[in-house]
Amino acid sequence: MGILENKFQDNVIVASMDKLLGWARSTSPWYFQFGLACCAIEMMASAASRHDLERIGMMPRSSPRQADVMIVAGTVTMKMALRVKKLYEQMADPKYVISMGSCATSGGPYWQHGYHVLKGVDLVVPVDVYVPGCPPRPEALIEGLLKLQEKIQTERPLTRKSV
Amino acid sequence: MNTAEIKAAIMDQFPGSVLESEDLGESQVELKADQWFEIATFIKENPNLSFDQLECITGIDLGEEASLQTRYNFHSMEHRHKIEILISHDRKEPKVASIEKIWRIGDWFERETYDMFGIVYEGHSDLRRILCPDDWEGWPLRKDYEGQELYHGIVIPKMKEEDGWE
Repeated sequence: MGILENKFQDNVIVASMDKLLGWARSTSPWYFQFGLACCAIEMMASAASRHDLERIGMMPRSSPRQADVMIVAGTVTMKMALRVKKLYEQMADPKYVISMGSCATSGGPYWQHGYHVLKGVDLVVPVDVYVPGCPPRPEALIEGLLKLQEKIQTERPLTRKSV
Repeated sequence: MNTAEIKAAIMDQFPGSVLESEDLGESQVELKADQWFEIATFIKENPNLSFDQLECITGIDLGEEASLQTRYNFHSMEHRHKIEILISHDRKEPKVASIEKIWRIGDWFERETYDMFGIVYEGHSDLRRILCPDDWEGWPLRKDYEGQELYHGIVIPKMKEEDGWE
């Protein structure tokens, strides 16, 4: 993909190719399997048999090199923030981030006195979808993942970006 | 043995090491810091005391004008008695002998108390922070702790009680 990306002018062939690639990308976003706090339990529940994330093409990968989506599930401490950033940088493009739960989004219950808590993971990595809740139920997370899939589908990977 | 008997046993062996304090709770004994390592060895190895279990080490900040304190909770499996030992430290230079070599679990307990209060345990084999990152500034559980503003370029916003976001 790398050499073809953002190279072509908009036309019929590129448009339909873009659509195909968008469909392919959006229906198999493998997520990076790591949890930071109690939200990870809900993430595991989403992946397990009752909610079954593999229905929507999502499968956990234990290596950032093989993952497309990073689900930041839980409280990000300052110590972990540097590591989250490093893991994000190790992921291959295209990559997406979901901020799961109020801790990852804004610091949550630690927003006032938690001297050690990062006040929102968007301070270190760009976030695509925020899922509210403390922790969000698996249904909420799946809603967020479907929103992300919609977002991936609207992307035009081959088309040259207008300057 | 009850607390008074344990206290008497320590006083017999180490005269002048027990501080008389009025506001102590049940099963608490306050000690001077200077002979702490010898007293700790004694209460473990004396067959009548035999405190073989160190349950917890806690740090306490008694206020910005007052001292810091370390509290040790001991329990004896053999005699089923327990005691809490209090040792106060000077706020400017808090230090006390490490008991890591007597009770192995003291290693991490002392590192945690060092991490949160900055109390130095002299003789500890590996005294460094255990929870906070190694390059963290300040001692978070002290009453006069001011959180740092930046950590590796990440802004840490501060909230005052009434003023709102700074």
